[in-house]
Amino acid sequence: MVGIITYGAYIPRYRIKTEEIARVWGANGAEIAAGLGVKEKSVPDLDEDTITMSVEAARYALARRDIPRDAIGAIYVGSESHPYAVKPSSATVGEAIGATPVMTAADFEFACKAGTAGIQTCMGMVMSGMIEYGCAIGADTAQGAPGDALEYTASAGGAALFIGNEKPIAEINRTCSFTTDTPDFWRREGQTYPSHGGRFSGDPAYFKHVQGAAHLMLEQMGTVPSDYDYAIFHQPNAKFPRKVSKMLGFTAEQIGPGLAVPRLGNTYSGAVPVGISATLDVAKPGDRIFVTSYGSGAGSDAFDITVTDTIESDVFNRSAAPTVEELLANGKYLDYALYAKHKGKIVMQ
Amino acid sequence: MSVPRYWRKQQNRYNLKGNYCETCGRYFFPPRVLCPDCRRDGKIVDYEFSGNGTVRTFSIIRTASDDYDLQTPYAIAIIELEEGTCMTAQVICEPDEISIGMPVKRVFRKIFSEGDSGVIVYGTKFVPA
Repeated sequence: MVGIITYGAYIPRYRIKTEEIARVWGANGAEIAAGLGVKEKSVPDLDEDTITMSVEAARYALARRDIPRDAIGAIYVGSESHPYAVKPSSATVGEAIGATPVMTAADFEFACKAGTAGIQTCMGMVMSGMIEYGCAIGADTAQGAPGDALEYTASAGGAALFIGNEKPIAEINRTCSFTTDTPDFWRREGQTYPSHGGRFSGDPAYFKHVQGAAHLMLEQMGTVPSDYDYAIFHQPNAKFPRKVSKMLGFTAEQIGPGLAVPRLGNTYSGAVPVGISATLDVAKPGDRIFVTSYGSGAGSDAFDITVTDTIESDVFNRSAAPTVEELLANGKYLDYALYAKHKGKIVMQ
Repeated sequence: MSVPRYWRKQQNRYNLKGNYCETCGRYFFPPRVLCPDCRRDGKIVDYEFSGNGTVRTFSIIRTASDDYDLQTPYAIAIIELEEGTCMTAQVICEPDEISIGMPVKRVFRKIFSEGDSGVIVYGTKFVPA
C-alpha cells in the first residue's frame, strides 16, 4: 500500500526571539509571544535557502533508509521562496541526491500547502505505477515584511517525505482536499514580501478550509477524532492549530508532538511536513495520524496515516538522522540587526 | 565564474565525486585522470567521498572579495577526508569554534551568487560533526 518510505527534516541553526523583534518595533513582545503562542523562530544562515534546506532534508531521509537513487522517479519541491523565479529547485535537489537524470521534477507553489500537494502528486504516480519512489519536499525561507505581523513568525525549515509502495513506515490510507478561491494572503510577481487580509485570514480562510478538508476526511473514512493517536494541522502560529483542533474534537495531547511552531515559527510550505516528521520521530507501529495542511488562496489537504511495523524494522534506521526535537535544540540566538543581515533586509550598495 | 565552468564541476561540488586508483588505493579530490604513483599501471575508478573528515589546518578570513564579504569573518580549512585525501572548503562555525583535528561533516550550501540576476552556485561546505 502507498505510504511514507522515509522522512527527514531540516531546521537552520539560528533563532530570533519574538520579544527581540517586538523591541525594534516598539511593541509588547510578551503579549505578542503569548497571543501567537510563538516565543522564537528559526532564521536561515547567510548561505542557506530553500534549495540547500531541501537537499539536507532529503539527504537525512536517505540516511534513514537507503533507496536506490535510480528508483526515485519524481521530485517535487513545494515552496513560496524558490531561489529562482525560473529554474527548478527540484532539479538541483535531484542532482544533489544522485537521482538524476531518469526522473521527473517540478517546483510547486500553493502558499503553505505546496509540500502536501507534492505528497498527493507522488501518491498518484506511485499508485498508478508510473514511478517506484517519489520525493515530496516542503521548505521555505519564509518572508514577512519588516514590522508586519508575519515577521514574528515567518521562519525557515522544511522536510522531505519519500513516497512509495514497498514496505512503507506509514501507510497513507486516504487523502482528500478542499479548495476555493479565497484571497487571504498573496504575493504578486516581483514583490519581496507577501500581503495579507489581516483578520480575513482566519474564519473564511484557515478555519473554513482546514475544517472543510478535515470533516471530509472523517466522513470518507467513517472515523471520529478519538480514533487517531496524533493530529497535525497547519501551524502559522500556535493559536490557529490549537483552536481548530478543539473545534474538530482533537485534544491537546494529540496535536502535541507535531506542534513545532512555538519554537520554530511558521515554515510556510515546510510547516506540515515538519509536523509529520516530528510525529514520526515518536510514533509507534499501529499509531494513526490525522493530517490537515492549509495554503492561502486557499485550500487544505487532509491525510489519514497508519504507522507500520517497518518503522522499527531493520530496513529503517530512525536514529540515523536528527529528530525535529534535536534540530530545535541548541539554537544560536541573533539580535535584530544580525537577523536583518541574514534575511537580506539590509539594502546593500 | 562562467556558467559552463560551474556546471562542469557540479557533481564534484554537490556530491564530492572524485576517484581513486584501484592499483595503489590512493584517493583523489578533485578527480585525476592518471595516478601519479602508478602511472600507466594505475586503474582510476569513480568514487563518491563520504564527506566525513577532520580539520588539518585553517585560516580565518576577515577581508574577503565582494562575493564573500557579507560572510566575514569565516573559516577556510584544509579538510582531511576520512579516505585520506584533502580538500579546501569553508567550515561553518564561529571563528573561535574551529580547531586543528576537529571532526567535520559535509553540508550542502550556497557558495556564491553572481549578483541579483546571475546564477547561484551551490556546493559542499563543512560543519562541526
